[in-house]
Amino acid sequence: MLEIIAARGNYWIIIALMMTGLYITFEANNLIKRLVGLSVFQTSVFLFYITLSKVAGGTAPILMGGDIKKKAKHAGEEAGAAAGGQGEAAGAGTGLENVYSNPLPHVLILTAIVVGVSTLAVGLALVVRIREAYGTIESDEVRAIDIDVALAEEMDAPAREGAQ
Amino acid sequence: MENFSNGDYGLFLANFLLLLILFVVGVAIARIRSLFAIVMLSGVYSLVSATWFVALDAVDVAFTEAAVGAGISTALMLGAMLLTARTAKAEKRFSRIAPFLVVVVTGAVLLYATADLPALGDPNSPVNTGVGQEYLQRHYGEMGFPNVVTSVLASYRGIDTLGEVVVVFAAGLAVALLLGFGERSLAESIRNGDEN
Repeated sequence: MLEIIAARGNYWIIIALMMTGLYITFEANNLIKRLVGLSVFQTSVFLFYITLSKVAGGTAPILMGGDIKKKAKHAGEEAGAAAGGQGEAAGAGTGLENVYSNPLPHVLILTAIVVGVSTLAVGLALVVRIREAYGTIESDEVRAIDIDVALAEEMDAPAREGAQ
Repeated sequence: MENFSNGDYGLFLANFLLLLILFVVGVAIARIRSLFAIVMLSGVYSLVSATWFVALDAVDVAFTEAAVGAGISTALMLGAMLLTARTAKAEKRFSRIAPFLVVVVTGAVLLYATADLPALGDPNSPVNTGVGQEYLQRHYGEMGFPNVVTSVLASYRGIDTLGEVVVVFAAGLAVALLLGFGERSLAESIRNGDEN
């Protein structure tokens, strides 16, 4: 039982977090709260990627100890070997002294964090504009105002046609 | 569990504890109506997740999340809050049932899918045997400095980062076009000046 929790527990909590974000996004009428829910959802995706990148017994992907000295000595042939023998690349024969976690998901998430903040900024700018145009940031009130305006236009349309 | 050597147990507990804190903060965000508290809690959420990133070896992600996620986005949300409203209106009771059902069903489907995911820390999972390992091996000979994430970000996947810069530029442009460069507040002050 403990083994299953150890292996999969992260995914379960991350899914719970993701669903919390989704729930906030669905349920909230307030547009800023909705954006906060979106960023909770987004962060849970980051957590998922970093969970996948973890290697047991590994450390942060910053080379240390023998890996640096050894590579410095035969830098050229090492790079050549890695480029040529791709079959050797996977699994145990890594040619590294220490175990490191996978750097690739880290890089992807670095990019995603910055992109997430950019989209958040655009969303907040839209909320500020909605507030200026409607005087409220509650989505149901915005919808009510939209319906009122549409109804008023409907009422006006026959009168204008009659005038022509 | 056999994937973890003894030294990893403390880390492992920290991992679960931090995730539980994140969950509590998430639920609190869902229940609170004061926007100021919501924004501050989302900052707390970002900081706790940054701590969690350190526990799972993603140090570069951790400081980006702490600086950008907890810093800049909290500042942005505070600014937007000051320009709009301080509290959220209470939702109607029955309007919570439908989203809750959708979320429960989606969560159940996702939980079902976790059975196929690799175990935490599995070194032979598809994620960890691919190109990431090759970056680790080639990196020092080609770049000559120890941080692998830097070289992947700036060199091996430099085009990705260029795309990110394009997105940030487009977002900055969109915000500038939406909010203007101060013309509207200028127009308002002129209008007020005419009235007086």
